[in-house]
Amino acid sequence: MKDVKLRKYHSASWDEPLIMEMGTKGERGIIPPKAAKEVVEKLGQAIDLLPAEMRRQKSIGLPEVSQYHVLQHYLRLSQMTLGMDLGSDIGEGTCTMKYSPKMHDQVVNSSKFADLHPSQPQETLQGILEIVYGLEQYLKQISGMSKFTFQPGGGSHATYTNACLIRRYHEARGELAQRDEVITTIFSHPCDGATPATAGFKVITLMPDENGYPDLEALKAIVSERTAGIMFTNPEDTGIFNPKVAEYVKVVHDAGGLCFYDQANANGIMGMARAFDAGFDACHFNLHKTFSSPHGCEGPASGAYGVREELAKYLPVPTVEFDGSKYYLDYDRPESVGKVRSFLGNLECVIRAYAWIRSMGAEGIKTAAQISVLNNNYMDQLLLDIKGVTRPYAEGKRRLEQARYSLGQVMEDTGVGTAEIRNRFSDFGIQGYWMSHHPWIVPEPFTPEPCETYSKEDLDYWAAALAQCVKEAYEDPEFVMNAPHAMANTKILDDSLVEDPDRWACTYRAYKKKILDK
Amino acid sequence: MREKAFVHPYIPNSAPEVKAEMMKAVGITDLEELYSEIPEHLRFRGELDLPEPMMAECELRRHLEETLAKNTTCKDYLNFLGGGCWQHYVPAVVDEIVNRAEFVTAYCGGTYADLGKFQARFEFYSMLAEMLDVDAVSEPIYDWGAAAGMSIRMASRLTGRNEVLIPYGISPERMAQIRTLCQPEIMPNSIKITLVDMDHQTGGLDMEDLKAKLSDKIAAVYFEVPAFFGTVEGNAAAISALAKSVGAQSVVGVDPVSLGVIAPPASYGADIICGDLQSIGMHMLCGGGQSGFIAFRDETAYLAECPLAIYTIAETAVEGQYAYAEVLPERTSYEARDKAKDWVGTASGLWTIGAAVYMALMGPQGMEEIGETILYNSNYAKQSMSEIQGVRVLFDTTFKEFVVNFDQTGKTVAEINKALENLKIFGGLDLTADFPALGGSALYCVTETHSKQDIDKLVAALKEVLK
Repeated sequence: MKDVKLRKYHSASWDEPLIMEMGTKGERGIIPPKAAKEVVEKLGQAIDLLPAEMRRQKSIGLPEVSQYHVLQHYLRLSQMTLGMDLGSDIGEGTCTMKYSPKMHDQVVNSSKFADLHPSQPQETLQGILEIVYGLEQYLKQISGMSKFTFQPGGGSHATYTNACLIRRYHEARGELAQRDEVITTIFSHPCDGATPATAGFKVITLMPDENGYPDLEALKAIVSERTAGIMFTNPEDTGIFNPKVAEYVKVVHDAGGLCFYDQANANGIMGMARAFDAGFDACHFNLHKTFSSPHGCEGPASGAYGVREELAKYLPVPTVEFDGSKYYLDYDRPESVGKVRSFLGNLECVIRAYAWIRSMGAEGIKTAAQISVLNNNYMDQLLLDIKGVTRPYAEGKRRLEQARYSLGQVMEDTGVGTAEIRNRFSDFGIQGYWMSHHPWIVPEPFTPEPCETYSKEDLDYWAAALAQCVKEAYEDPEFVMNAPHAMANTKILDDSLVEDPDRWACTYRAYKKKILDK
Repeated sequence: MREKAFVHPYIPNSAPEVKAEMMKAVGITDLEELYSEIPEHLRFRGELDLPEPMMAECELRRHLEETLAKNTTCKDYLNFLGGGCWQHYVPAVVDEIVNRAEFVTAYCGGTYADLGKFQARFEFYSMLAEMLDVDAVSEPIYDWGAAAGMSIRMASRLTGRNEVLIPYGISPERMAQIRTLCQPEIMPNSIKITLVDMDHQTGGLDMEDLKAKLSDKIAAVYFEVPAFFGTVEGNAAAISALAKSVGAQSVVGVDPVSLGVIAPPASYGADIICGDLQSIGMHMLCGGGQSGFIAFRDETAYLAECPLAIYTIAETAVEGQYAYAEVLPERTSYEARDKAKDWVGTASGLWTIGAAVYMALMGPQGMEEIGETILYNSNYAKQSMSEIQGVRVLFDTTFKEFVVNFDQTGKTVAEINKALENLKIFGGLDLTADFPALGGSALYCVTETHSKQDIDKLVAALKEVLK
């Protein structure tokens, strides 16, 4: 790594009031259209058109602010938000913060998509249905699965859909009463445990063996005639690919369960390995991760969910079909799990994913995967050179697109933990990193994912910023403990309020009642 | 094997020179070596059957635009479809803000680095709370149906009961989602759904049937204002009171665009409130603008049962400076995994910022005025349509949407809609298959975007079609 010059960054700091504290009585931000004069004359007072007891009595306590000042306020708030377009977001591992092409956003915003109603006659939706159908064909190639739905509105929603499908499958076979257990692994996303639990299953969580893989022997010991299925990732959050994954699948299949591959993040293996070939029955892709749709402050999102031929009949309704000349929606699927979301899902994500794959082609998909793994392995060396940074498990084995590291040693030596270093990190103009899902099996964790979007210079910079934070932790721990220093605001005074009903205030009106008016 | 130089504008390290430098640093001579952990039997060695890449942005854009040009939009035709996704005006400033790269490309970054996002989100909770007249609002979920299902599950956990009453006239889409979330009876945490009959005059709940079905086994009575048929439930307070009389929760779904003129749900006894933000600032996006919310009183029991994240404002070392932190985080699935209250995940965050900007622009006067305009336009359409020979408008009081029956015209809704389409009009949503009790009926939606001329055009077209 060459010498890296760390930026002297400071985030925008507008010291912006809350919108509720802005404006003056009577100011207007926008004026809605009025009904025609003849209509008003014909109908009398509008409010009289409602039952007396259902009329709003008091006007809404919204702010009254002119248009320019509403615009200015939210522009300022946007400037105080470090989107990945601005500050390279290598840190939010498992999330695949990749570049989302601007052209795709412009197409999504065009009237030819934005002004479509989902219940329009199908012959007037042929363009969008063609794109939905097209993306399905591409994802079938990439996964090996036979049929997809784009109804789930996020990755966790796709795993929930899978839990519903497992339920439907065993229900159809008359075995649901008996098969009430779903297995997941601790290094899989928490939703792989939470969503089958919501769907009514008991959940068993496998812990890692000494190499960081889910324990195969433990799996063999827990499967039984009660096993409904397994839901897990590979590579898990650790970035370690489990080479025996097909054996896990076989163990669960032999017990009569279904196997679901959580591929929310498939960025390192798309085009290189497929869920179908490892024996899985179903998988999902987050279109807002691997397939470039932007994350949008946590959505809109899309969890594209695909299954094997035998399970296609259970997918949510409607499916999008093509009869050789026109695209149509098929609601006549009596064995379907029903619906998990209204209409067809977040098709803005579908358009972007379709466009991204069209811009890549087969070679581009493979290149994106390879470069994401190359980037990760390159940065891995830089990070492991930093004093106090370790990478537990599977010594000597390559990680794929991400890796989970530990600052446990730094904590032990200096008392500065990963959360504090994360606070300091953004002072260098890059987004704070993702630590870990709960529980923290790896002490003081952080989990970067330098996907194909990032240049070598970005990777060098990220590692140099971390090295600087760690150096400061050793030299001046107080300084890091009091971070951030270049952000718009400083540390929360007392974060115990999140457990205290007398002090938490989830809205401004609650804040006024509990704090300001006291 | 000779490698072709494939350099993509979205992949800086695909450039041969830097790629070679990095491979050298990593100690490999072939990128294949990076995949040494994947055994051969799991490797995909085939060629993905994908179209040749369109690497020129100009070319790809043209392809996308030509494909989408095959659609006919609600700007090309006059639209009267609603039913959960509605055509409202989206102010230019909303578009300006929700397209800011900072918001579009942020995710779950740090409290400090993403301070602006957290503040905008807190303002959203605060303004929606004013509309609903409650003190606590959650992070968003996928849509109204998901919010309703999760609200019912909250009510079930709060009461320790597992039956819910739902009105007959609920959106079939929403009902299907709720049914999924309440799950088959065989599951240990299933919730039994019982439908409450409709009062055929008002379209609201049949109060006698509601009373007959209420018992101390009921966890929640779920109803909507305005309901799927556009009806404004006149007995809302009585329904909440009845629910409470047996220890059940009153769970109410609302369309927020109505709240400038319609009473806030807390005023008629709602315990848990849910709904969809699409009507307050989101384009239709073919159903992609949906965003569900859940709100309730600021009581620990409610916050503790809510599956979605909830944030509090917090003070910092600098006076007058705010920060934001998650309340009771240990109950969500991010922390508690399978022991959590249902689940939480990426859903529709950007739309809360759109809704915040919308509410800030509209203010109290704007919300009142838009409510009045919708009342006028939709009631004008209702009256004008009811004057057409054979056309009957069902139910007394409605907001934005209303049910029109065509039984006496001798034509089916499908036939009428097809004929309207030929006149460049999208007629109302066909209810015939989902609600046999209503005969051949359609759900018409009229908003502030419709002019009197638009409505007159529809009426003239219907007269022509029904001749």
